[in-house]
Amino acid sequence: MKINLKVWRQKNNKAKGELKDYKVDHVSPDMSFLEMFDVLNEDLITKGDDPIAFDHDCREGICGSCSMHINGRPHGPLAGVTTCQLHMRSFKDGDTIVVEPWRAGAFPVTKDLSVDRTAFDRIIAAGGFISVNTGNAQDANNLPIGKEAADEAFMSAACIGCGACVAACKNASAMLFVSAKVSQLALLPQGQPEAKMRVMAMVNQMDAEGFGSCTNTGACSAECPKGIDLSNIARMNREFFSANLTGK
Amino acid sequence: MSNILDSKIPEGNLNEKWTKYKSSVHLVNPANKRSLEIIVVGSGLAGSAAAASLAEMGYKVKCFCFQDSPRRAHSIAAQGGINAAKNYQNDGDSTYRLFYDTIKGGDYRAREGNVHRLAEVSSSIIDQCVAQGVPFAREYGGLLSNRSFGGTQVQRTFYAAGQTGQQLLLGAYSALERQVGMGQVKMYSRHEMLDVVTIDGKARGIIARDLVTGKLERHFGHAVLLCSGGYGNVFYLSTNAMGSNVTAAWKAHKRGAYMANPCYTQIHPTCIPRSGDHQSKLTLMSESLRNDGRIWVPAKKEDAEALRNGTLRPTQIKEEDRDYYLERRYPAFGNLVPRDVASRAAKERCDAGYGVNTTGEAVYLDFFYNMTEKYGRTEATKKGIENPTAAQLKEFGAGVIKEKYGNLFDMYKQITGVDPYEEPMQIYPAVHYTMGGLWVDYNLMTTVPGLYALGEANFSDHGANRLGASALMQGLADGYFVIPYTIGDYLADEIRTKAISTDHPAFVATEKEVEDKIQKLLNIKGTKSVDHYHKRLGKIMWDECGMARNTEGLKSAIAAIQQIKAEFWSNVRVPGDANEFNQELEKAGRVADFIELGELMCKDALERNESCGGHFREEYQTSEGEALRDDVNFAFVSAWENQEGGWKLHKEELKFENIKIAARSYK
Repeated sequence: MKINLKVWRQKNNKAKGELKDYKVDHVSPDMSFLEMFDVLNEDLITKGDDPIAFDHDCREGICGSCSMHINGRPHGPLAGVTTCQLHMRSFKDGDTIVVEPWRAGAFPVTKDLSVDRTAFDRIIAAGGFISVNTGNAQDANNLPIGKEAADEAFMSAACIGCGACVAACKNASAMLFVSAKVSQLALLPQGQPEAKMRVMAMVNQMDAEGFGSCTNTGACSAECPKGIDLSNIARMNREFFSANLTGK
Repeated sequence: MSNILDSKIPEGNLNEKWTKYKSSVHLVNPANKRSLEIIVVGSGLAGSAAAASLAEMGYKVKCFCFQDSPRRAHSIAAQGGINAAKNYQNDGDSTYRLFYDTIKGGDYRAREGNVHRLAEVSSSIIDQCVAQGVPFAREYGGLLSNRSFGGTQVQRTFYAAGQTGQQLLLGAYSALERQVGMGQVKMYSRHEMLDVVTIDGKARGIIARDLVTGKLERHFGHAVLLCSGGYGNVFYLSTNAMGSNVTAAWKAHKRGAYMANPCYTQIHPTCIPRSGDHQSKLTLMSESLRNDGRIWVPAKKEDAEALRNGTLRPTQIKEEDRDYYLERRYPAFGNLVPRDVASRAAKERCDAGYGVNTTGEAVYLDFFYNMTEKYGRTEATKKGIENPTAAQLKEFGAGVIKEKYGNLFDMYKQITGVDPYEEPMQIYPAVHYTMGGLWVDYNLMTTVPGLYALGEANFSDHGANRLGASALMQGLADGYFVIPYTIGDYLADEIRTKAISTDHPAFVATEKEVEDKIQKLLNIKGTKSVDHYHKRLGKIMWDECGMARNTEGLKSAIAAIQQIKAEFWSNVRVPGDANEFNQELEKAGRVADFIELGELMCKDALERNESCGGHFREEYQTSEGEALRDDVNFAFVSAWENQEGGWKLHKEELKFENIKIAARSYK
């Protein structure tokens, strides 16, 4: 296959960026999208050009590093996969593919396709935890948790923190990410004692980072590679209102 | 530095050593903890758990990771589970059995004292993780669910679907971020440690590079903890993340830390086979699949050939024409033999001409029998259907299989385009984990005072082969429950040491060395990319120091690696400059270290004239092709000291006082 690419190039977060054209020949349909970029970069290096910076690590869809906006969609055309799990068999010979970084004010570009997502870490640091120091735990089976609650908490906990939800949202809202963590902990009995404090602190931090508001379009959930459900946002809204009404 | 390796295993009965140690180890009082600074390099299970726990205790912690967030460390990718001797299944498990299984699984090349401690703290790990909100799989009664892993005959593995590593890491990451929010930990993401700073023989800090700006930074610590993972990427293709590297450990090695058993590499039996030369990494299919998947190849060579050229499908091979070789060779453990045994058995069949896939380098992992006969029939019985049809059995069984392994089946289909509910998976062994690592004593301290290694970065607990679901256990044990005690033993004597200024000549000189090395890499301006050398190194390592090794191959590998090293340093092309986000420069530094490590791995493999665990020397095998240990001459840990122009071998003798050392049999 031959592929034409339009790739966002930007030297650093202060520089101005632009789309540049590249051609990649000898693309195998079995290659992953990132392996196609490996081939392109190898070519650029050999020619003495600057290779394209992009984030990636595990290449099996779990670390949440990869973050390409492909033809206007986070992680490309397939549902339920990250960019590293997207294979070139999803494209046709001669296709032109536009590749951009996540676009959100709260995710400034580091270089080319790589962005800074530390805002997510700061939101977790504000409250995305259960306060239990090492060594304080009782026997694990002393606290039975119904299978349904445990499974639902797990579904929310499956979030990989990639930021596709923010990139997909026209408002660059982080509600799906934040609500997934709020939900996981709100669904579990261990998370109850600090539930109110948690949701208030995390939402405040989310706002402070400059993420936009939620208008319930559902683009976040539709583009989420892990299928995090929109009902998480509803749960967080309930938690937030109830905390506001009854909290201190 | 002493040449005698003192493992500092406490005296006394095996099951009292850790308890007594904890009661008598030196303590640091809370006021003094506040003025002691600890550097943690790496944010995986070991690093996050250690950083969080030490900060909770009151120490001032700085934590470094090269990824954009600590949550991305490669522990996140562990799939199957975590072992703990809870005996919730009432199937005869105990601390002793977990200890015994681990020593035996490691082919009698691990320390009794360390392994017993690991088994002792295993239960507390599960308790801690549940308290943090880790959503482990549960039964309808609300209690925790378990499954089996290789090399054991009990069900002691706790899991969260096929994402156990992710859930455990996010638990540890949450604990870490909580301490970041409280100001007890300062987090340095996108920072890579490029050297250890030693002053008067003690580790006193690190030189790190801010990967975004390229700036070198000096950081002081009263102690430095390396939690930087394993070095499987020396093989280029492995199940490790692209960024996983040996650099932190290797720099420590160059500064005096001994490297132990570097040749012990775990080749995981169930990975998705390679599809072409463009491949950048290999994907694991969790060992948990061997609970329900049966491994086979065709019994007839002509069938194997037809499968390879695509004229036959595996579902067309009749039952009597299949060779379930693990069940045949190892009836007691069957498909759940340990990883090294399963990998070698797959290689043996493929080498003999029975392999499938276009390459002939694959075997089948088949769920059909258990899907229909085990789960399908049970579900039919539950529904009161007495004579279920084949279609019903498959439908009911597929539901159960989906519940247990759904995400793994989806992942397989995404990568290969084949639906494993319809056709058996094709699998082949791939590099997965490295049992070797920095030599540490019972305190997890390396041979450099004040420098520690935790998790996969150390060598201590898995001997020559790690059992499935034990890596998560060890990483968290080291971070949550071992280092918080053992570090006190060292820091209690450091309470009078004031923070050392990073203007100290040792910091200045070390930073200069790092800077010079970076400039050297950039100034070569050769013609070949970093990956070019990495791929060449990986191929040599896989061919000569992989699943099977021999004298001749290892000698030729050492020569070839020396050649690659010379070419790399004269002809590599690293674009860009030092003061920017430069991913090729990062890779170049890591590959330079992998090249040196590769040579040491081959040297270690060459010196160890026996077969044990993941180290299989073709010259040392039984008539049945099983690994042949030499306990008289090789019951020791190889610890390599870096010296000008080569390495010096030190030996730590392994004493087995509680387990009778025996030939490892899973028959």
